[in-house]
Amino acid sequence: MIPSIPQSRSLRALYGAYIALFFLYLALPLSVVAGFAFNDSQFPSLPWEGFTWDWFFGDTRPKIGVFHERPILRAIGTSAFIALMVSILSVAVGLSNAFLFNRYDFRGKGVLYVLMLLPLVIPGIVLGISILVFSSTVANAAWDAAQIDIEALRPGLVLVILGQFSFITTIATLVISARLQKFDRTLEEAALNLGAGRLTAVRTITLPYLMPAVIGAVVVAFLMSFENFNTTLMLVGSDAPLTVAMFDRLKEGSTPLLNAVSLLLMLGSSLLALAMIAFQRKK
Amino acid sequence: MRDGTRLGFILLLTPLVLWLTLLIFIPHVDMFLVSLRERVGVGQYDTSLANYHTFLTEPLYLWTFLRTAVMSVVATVITLLIAFPVSYYIAKIAKGRLQSTLFLMCLIPFYVSELVRTFGWMILLRETGIVSNLLQWAGLADQPVEMLYNDAAIMIGLVYTSMLFMVVPLVTTLESLDDAVIEAGYDLGGNAWSVTREIVIPHAAPGIVSGSIVVFMLSLGNYLTPTMLGGKDSLWFTELIYSQFIVRFNWELGAAFGFMLLFLSSIIVWGMLKLTGQTLEKTMG
Repeated sequence: MIPSIPQSRSLRALYGAYIALFFLYLALPLSVVAGFAFNDSQFPSLPWEGFTWDWFFGDTRPKIGVFHERPILRAIGTSAFIALMVSILSVAVGLSNAFLFNRYDFRGKGVLYVLMLLPLVIPGIVLGISILVFSSTVANAAWDAAQIDIEALRPGLVLVILGQFSFITTIATLVISARLQKFDRTLEEAALNLGAGRLTAVRTITLPYLMPAVIGAVVVAFLMSFENFNTTLMLVGSDAPLTVAMFDRLKEGSTPLLNAVSLLLMLGSSLLALAMIAFQRKK
Repeated sequence: MRDGTRLGFILLLTPLVLWLTLLIFIPHVDMFLVSLRERVGVGQYDTSLANYHTFLTEPLYLWTFLRTAVMSVVATVITLLIAFPVSYYIAKIAKGRLQSTLFLMCLIPFYVSELVRTFGWMILLRETGIVSNLLQWAGLADQPVEMLYNDAAIMIGLVYTSMLFMVVPLVTTLESLDDAVIEAGYDLGGNAWSVTREIVIPHAAPGIVSGSIVVFMLSLGNYLTPTMLGGKDSLWFTELIYSQFIVRFNWELGAAFGFMLLFLSSIIVWGMLKLTGQTLEKTMG
């Protein structure tokens, strides 16, 4: 079943219809979320009560829009902060890991590589509780030993950042490694022959070459952190990031406010993704 | 190693080792130790298998565990069956611009939070939702139909949420299959079915395995979709873990549950790799 093999027309039409149906299925949930953000009603459901921007810009009850809803804005800020920290940390460690696995041969390298992949096959919720358990063990030990209360080890921002970092680093490592493997080592050697030191050669030749992968890893890490739910849920303290805040609201019942937030999220993440793709094409 | 490279080696090794020991290895060991504790008095603990005993003897726990496992396998199979023809179309039939557009269209929904995707299905499936209204409008139902809060809704949500992780590896492996090989299959007298079975599927095996592993893992460890789309009778194992940890504050039992979940997912991933002769490095890396 490839274009060069003749197929009956009805079979091809059937296949095409299946593909169309599939993309309809993909688009459906997102389109209804986006559509009902503009419904002039208390509930994101039919009947359609008319078009409104209130769920974005409204400032009077009961229709307070996203841009006037303090808790949601604060949650977006929290999420952005966490995502920024996680992407910086995980890309830094990912870059270091990529060089380690690409440039050095040492005993136990294979084992270490498999260990590095493991966080991807540990369920997110298990990662969350294991870090929660361990951090509280340490915090309790510190309290018993010296009466020191280590605030950072109680559920909250620091633990959320560490929890997300623990598996996003693997992804950053894989993204950067993939490009580093294609790098032509002779370019670096040429720089060394021309009198550059090892660090200078890496900084001026290898790192610029890796830049598209590094940017890609930053964007992917940022998006994954922003969207993460499972690990975050177990480690969250009083400052809830956006996914957890929205989850809490959704449990109480939804208003089109949540649709408006979702639509903004969709726009934000697609813009980020498209910008990344455009950037990588240009390179 | 020369002194310079040795220093570099140690500098690069340190973050990796710190990350893996402090955030992965020790926390899991600690969780295991906590799961072996039995509270015998205020602040007093014995080492015992009591928590695992509770898990095995309480029908609700064991039943939820098995149900979660079986439903995750079913979700994986459904995802594979839906994704395979689509991936084949993208990799082999669509050409040029259409190909890259379709592939991008597969990716975009997954840049959006899982919460938003689940919310979309809630709007579609609930009693006052789109599908219910559509059915009434078409005369197929004479009153609002509730389609949320059951296992079928969970299944729809899980399959939707994991689709990308099946499509991407499948497209990647199928793209590397040379058209000439498929043509040769037809020249040698094969038909669509035998070529698919003898040539396409064996070639796509690594993609099928890595896609299935990821989808299975994501379904098993999912919390959001079963909580939002499932009813009170469709409990997911992660919900038990959450309630032991956060609601009841029984960390010992919760840790034992967490370990059982980890054990189950590791066994199935390992089994799938062994069965198909793949390795973790090849399927993930």
